[in-house]
Amino acid sequence: MAEIKVDCVGQNCPVPLVETRKALRKASPGDVVEITGTHPSSKKEIPMAARAMNLDVLEVKEEDGKWTIRIRK
Amino acid sequence: MAEKATIVVESGDFDKLYSALIIGNGALAMGMEVSMFFTFFGLLRLKKGQLDKGPLSRMHFGGLGKWMIKRRMKKANAVSLERMLADFVELGGRIMACDMTMEIMGVTKDDLRADLISDYCAVGSYIQEARESTITLFI
Repeated sequence: MAEIKVDCVGQNCPVPLVETRKALRKASPGDVVEITGTHPSSKKEIPMAARAMNLDVLEVKEEDGKWTIRIRK
Repeated sequence: MAEKATIVVESGDFDKLYSALIIGNGALAMGMEVSMFFTFFGLLRLKKGQLDKGPLSRMHFGGLGKWMIKRRMKKANAVSLERMLADFVELGGRIMACDMTMEIMGVTKDDLRADLISDYCAVGSYIQEARESTITLFI
């Protein structure tokens, strides 16, 4: 089970969502994709996308305007 | 089967193409299948070197408005049309070119960026995709 990290700090719409999807497409079932970013709307929309694709959102946390989201494929 | 979105890109305006590609990429990112049909002035943006050459739909001001918007987009770290189109294709989005527009506007396949185009087609293909789509837009 690999852990894939995606850094979207400073990126604007729609990059965090698109980069999350790219990473999830490349990941194998069971892999965990961890995205970090600062774009406010993406913090709620990335988990929305994950749930729409029936994937587990393991964690959403935020510190000083920088969020981290972990999704299992 | 995944849900589907179809977008007709009729406008060649810079801002409208930007919106169309953001929506297309967003739908792909959220797990949908997406087809974009490029027709009339939209199709002209698929000619080589023409993607970001469209005017603003409002406040273009002979290019000054567009220059200002592009500068502000850069400051906001908004990505280019070129990057969004590449992402769209990478995520499996389909780009369809209207063959009647090609005939009317005198555009040949050689003029277009054939590497990005999945199909050259007409209204029947659009309807066939749109009838099984949950989102359809005309931009």
